[in-house]
Amino acid sequence: MNLYVKQTRSISFVPKSILAVLILSFFIQCFWHFTFTNFVAKRHALPEPPKASFIRLASLDDSVSAAKLLMLWLQAFDNQPGVSIPLKELNYDRVIQWMNLILEVDNKIQYPLLAAIRFYAEVQDEEKQRKMIAYVSNKFIEKPNERWATMAHAVYMAKHRVKDVALALDIAKLIRQYAKGDNVPYWAKQMEIFILEDMGELESAKIIIGGLLESGELQDAHQRKFLGQRLEEIEQRQKKGE
Amino acid sequence: MNHNLLLTIAKYSIWEAIRDKFLIFILLGFITLFCISLFIGELAITEGLQMQSAILGSTLRLFSVFTMGLFVITSMVREFNDKGFELILSHPVPRSSYYFGKFCGFSVAALIISFMSFCCLCFYAPVNMSLLWSFSLFCELLIIIALSLLCLFSFNSITISFSVVTAFYILSRSIEAIQLISDSPIVASGSFSYKFINSMLDVIAYIIPDIYKFTQTDWLVYLPDVKTDILIVVSQTLIYVSLISCVALFDLYRKEL
Repeated sequence: MNLYVKQTRSISFVPKSILAVLILSFFIQCFWHFTFTNFVAKRHALPEPPKASFIRLASLDDSVSAAKLLMLWLQAFDNQPGVSIPLKELNYDRVIQWMNLILEVDNKIQYPLLAAIRFYAEVQDEEKQRKMIAYVSNKFIEKPNERWATMAHAVYMAKHRVKDVALALDIAKLIRQYAKGDNVPYWAKQMEIFILEDMGELESAKIIIGGLLESGELQDAHQRKFLGQRLEEIEQRQKKGE
Repeated sequence: MNHNLLLTIAKYSIWEAIRDKFLIFILLGFITLFCISLFIGELAITEGLQMQSAILGSTLRLFSVFTMGLFVITSMVREFNDKGFELILSHPVPRSSYYFGKFCGFSVAALIISFMSFCCLCFYAPVNMSLLWSFSLFCELLIIIALSLLCLFSFNSITISFSVVTAFYILSRSIEAIQLISDSPIVASGSFSYKFINSMLDVIAYIIPDIYKFTQTDWLVYLPDVKTDILIVVSQTLIYVSLISCVALFDLYRKEL
């Protein structure tokens, strides 16, 4: 059986006048667009976010896709058609409201927190950087074993960008205190020790290492050995210092 | 029910999908959506694969459902207008064979669509999850096919039938969100109208299928345990397809030629 039947006749059957009008109207349309269509670039402020239930309804209850699309839209908001708004000029409180909404719509998504620390905190404005670090820290407490990675970024951000070692230490302390899951790597749990060493707080570093070794939290023999060596190094540094 | 006739009618429905270039159109649509998902992946600064699978999954689902519904409706309307329906039923063909023949034919097209979506999703999500998701899409399409056939037997009009199918689908997908909103109003209201609407929503929720539990994007992104979900999908499909088919057959047997 012939599945495809040719349903059209040759172009020669089309009257010349129709072809002429077709081509002419096509060019007139192009001319119209280039002559009269002016895109006026307008700056829009970030609007207030709607309620999570509205987003669920609008997305036909597909909250995962809605959260991801919202995040892409929020991330690209600084690049509006024809205008590029510097991150510095964005209302960060509003950005946080939107990120809260996205986390409410999809509570497993990690994107908003990573964007907060890797994208929005990259701005050259210390107040805004601190705001994002505080936001990530607050959200980390809610789900520490899932959100430890963004906190590790926050430690880096506080130490090297904001240049506030005390803040970095506080964040690292939060990771040690809250992120106790098996999925959290040892290097993240031990960040506090390295920061203390950098700060010259050798005694505090020794106490934490001793505590970690005593607590039995470290099951891995290599990790225990590594921390034991670290403890010895610190003791040697202390002796040299004396 | 005559099985040979049923298979012949089903075979012609599949040929129609091929001749009408419906399956090629679906393939091109899927390729376009796949390319869009590739572009979206480039925009994401993290969770790129998750972003791609979520957006590809939800767009594939919407595209498949609406095109399938429209194809079933337009194909049946053409058969009515060409008097093919009367021609077939003027022979000793049981009306149930005609209905199930059509249903099986369109189901094979749905199966091909589900397989295409599986192939697209395999690029971003694990094979087992993509397979389960595509199977759930197939079940969703079966409900849409049965509903489209019912609407057409009842209304005989493309516009009304497609509008009803669309409204039904949107309502089925968002009934949970609507009920949640109605159960927790911002300002508590004890008025009669509020109570009436709330009860109406509860009644509607009873008679429409739980399509919001079907083909969840969550399955592709967070890879949860979906054994119970799949059981719900299969049971709900069996129940609802039987229900709609019975209503459609009821209408079909009463139809005057």
